[in-house]
Amino acid sequence: MFAPVSTPAFAIREIAFFVLGITGVIFLIVGGMILYTIVRFRRRAADRPSEPPQVYGSMRIELAWTVVPFLIVTVLFLVTARYIWGIENRSQPPSALEVTIVGNQWWWEIRYPKLGVVTANELHVPVSDPGSPMPTFVTLESVDVIHSFWVPQLAGKMDVIPNKTNRTWIEPRTPGTYVGQCAEYCGLQHGLMLLVVVVHPRDEFERWVAAQQAPARDEPAARAGRDLFASLACINCHTVRGTTANGVFGPDLTHLMSRWTIGAGAARNTHENLQAWVNDPGTLKHGALMPAMKLSRRELDTLTAYLVTLK
Amino acid sequence: MSVLSPTAARPEEADVPRALFEQLHDWVVTVDHKRLGIMYVVVALLFFVIAGAEAAVMRLQLAWPGLHIVPPQTFNRLFTMHGTTMVFLMGIPMVFGFGNYLVPLMIGARDLAFPRLNAFGFWILAFGGLLLHFSVIGGDGLYGTGSAPAVGWFAYAPLTGRAFTPGNATDYWNLAIFITGIGTIATAVNLVTTTLTMRGPGMTLGRMPVFVWIMLTISAMTLLILPPLSAAQIMLMLDRFLGAHFFDTQAGGSAVMWQHFFWFFGHPEVYILMLPGFGFVSEIIPVFSRKVLFGYPMIVAASVSIGLVSLSVWAHHMFVVGMGAPLNAFFALSTMLIAVPTGIKIFNWLGTMYGGKLDFRTPMLFCCAFLLQFLCAGLTGVMLSVAPFNWQLSDSYFVVAHFHFVLVGSLVFTVFAAIYYWFPKVTGRMLSERLGRWHFWLFVIGFNVTFVTMHVQGILGMPRRIYTYQADRGWEIWNLVTTLGVPIQALAVLIFVVNIIVSLRHGTRAGDDPWNAWTLEWATTSPPPPYNFEIVPVTTSRRPLWDLKNPDDPDGPHE
Repeated sequence: MFAPVSTPAFAIREIAFFVLGITGVIFLIVGGMILYTIVRFRRRAADRPSEPPQVYGSMRIELAWTVVPFLIVTVLFLVTARYIWGIENRSQPPSALEVTIVGNQWWWEIRYPKLGVVTANELHVPVSDPGSPMPTFVTLESVDVIHSFWVPQLAGKMDVIPNKTNRTWIEPRTPGTYVGQCAEYCGLQHGLMLLVVVVHPRDEFERWVAAQQAPARDEPAARAGRDLFASLACINCHTVRGTTANGVFGPDLTHLMSRWTIGAGAARNTHENLQAWVNDPGTLKHGALMPAMKLSRRELDTLTAYLVTLK
Repeated sequence: MSVLSPTAARPEEADVPRALFEQLHDWVVTVDHKRLGIMYVVVALLFFVIAGAEAAVMRLQLAWPGLHIVPPQTFNRLFTMHGTTMVFLMGIPMVFGFGNYLVPLMIGARDLAFPRLNAFGFWILAFGGLLLHFSVIGGDGLYGTGSAPAVGWFAYAPLTGRAFTPGNATDYWNLAIFITGIGTIATAVNLVTTTLTMRGPGMTLGRMPVFVWIMLTISAMTLLILPPLSAAQIMLMLDRFLGAHFFDTQAGGSAVMWQHFFWFFGHPEVYILMLPGFGFVSEIIPVFSRKVLFGYPMIVAASVSIGLVSLSVWAHHMFVVGMGAPLNAFFALSTMLIAVPTGIKIFNWLGTMYGGKLDFRTPMLFCCAFLLQFLCAGLTGVMLSVAPFNWQLSDSYFVVAHFHFVLVGSLVFTVFAAIYYWFPKVTGRMLSERLGRWHFWLFVIGFNVTFVTMHVQGILGMPRRIYTYQADRGWEIWNLVTTLGVPIQALAVLIFVVNIIVSLRHGTRAGDDPWNAWTLEWATTSPPPPYNFEIVPVTTSRRPLWDLKNPDDPDGPHE
């Protein structure tokens, strides 16, 4: 969080440094006083056995150490309030990109409602520069339990709550790849619910959108696998645009191979891992809600051969 | 020899040794506040060791990326049991155990107002604890830790719904905590009544020891905040067993409502645990500084106001649920305000030590470490109260580090101080000073190795409650150091347990007043007789025994 690349995270770092400064000074002063008292007033062998002078209190001193903290709290609160409103009440400019992120046990669905793109676990957004700002405004929803959206380099957390629509925004300044993960305990695989945010330069982002908008590839060589896919339970949960598969419980697979990982960061998206995943997701991500498909070796090969064409 | 009854016989030496069974029977049927207090503390220590072992397994798993020493579900159960046990079965019985034992002695009463209710409260709490831990061996058996709950100690809805946690595990959590709550309420009623109606002659409210003031405050708070939690737990039971929809989001229920209910209990609960720690320190620091407590009225006022303000800060646990700017700002302010009375206390304790003759026996050592660690805990608390900063820190390891600085670095340290301080009164024997020093230094080092580093993982983006993590996140070194502190702490606790067992039999005899202290409990024998005082002493000031020991300079005129 101290290496931000996006506006709300920049602002949070500012106020964090301010607070760290104040608390650091308090720590040094009070800690120093404690240590000084401990060392200076320790009992020494030469001491006479009599009791030290009894001091019952002092209204003036006590008033001082009541009023000073009050003043510090006042300043701290005013600064805090300013940053709260500054970040939370940012209005959405017309140029903003709109994204809806839906939390699922244990993966993220990512929709671009105005662009007609649906993907999973990897959020692609354009870079925004002060000359032509293009922040991304994120709507957060959950289909099951509470999750939390957190990519520390981009913004603070926002919980993803069923029956409640939350909103947050990011405005990244530097292209790159930033890793985050679910930050609210959401059940068995809370630990493997990663989210990658890829910040593209503008033109690269447009190319990515165009590629994602296209329907799934239909390579003649993989027809057998496609037919197998359509004949199995796969299509109950997964969508592959341009085919009969239009399930909504699992991730959209139209451009499966454009993603780096499977199972929200459980494994690299390679041919082998994909095959292992289809055979039994539990081997890569224990407890994943997709069932083991119980296919024969041949079916598995055919099916995976089809899946890897979904670029 | 007792200051007030120099001729009192020592009952324990006159006793004929009796059969073990009879002795146990005496403990089971007792309604004596001292015996119940001891049992509370022993039960708390037992659960402290169990929950500590659970934490050790978790730290082992997290020591290095990608370790799979326990499967994810077991890990989730471990942190749920660790948190639940530490808060409800270690913290609560510990502070109420001390309250049980000390409050009547400190105010010159012969017992609590309702002795049988007191016994009921203890046994129902112990039953709740056993029920929760039965879940570990029930269900699927020990492998995979049975059907222990895996919903986290604050059990957020809708994860607790039937749809997401089928089976009985969540019911174990819900029912067991509900039951311990009944016991805690019983004890709180008892302590409030006793403090208000059974104070000895001369013991006005303004002369009560700070610890008694604090027990009064937290007992009153308990009566205000536990019923909402119990109500929410009944709603959860209705949801799970009768198909109600309070928290069932699939049918229009509210997930956020549970959080409000839970934290309206959960945050004041932290102060219920922490304030008695302040009470211990306010009793111990003056005695080992040989000075009167600096600014008694201010400390009492600060304690009571912490109790009051703590009722209005709960939603600072919810800065990231999307409450909107005005509510976030309100709860940021109320949370920051708590820092003021808390800061006052640190200064008052320092004022007490300043100009004193500090005697670093083991209780005082723990108090000094407490001062520094509590300062850290308070300052990270201020950071967390700054809502925008909190959006980054919330639910990360930074929060875990913060509340362990509060509950271990502050509360557990003061509890150790209190055990070393009052053990002679309770048993008639001193704890070994040499083992005490080993215990102290190892625990200070182990604690700080573990929990100072934990702040860093949080700032580097490590969320809490993940059962493992990938190697490329830059967390591994910090996690390794965090885990290395665990064996040091474990060794310290082992030394402590050995110290207790050895000193019970072979410790030097304490006498009635080994620390040359000033509150009423030191005026009777060690251990005190069942009726506490031969003659109920007359209190003349906030330090009745000071007045007796220094008749030429009594406290009264200075107050």
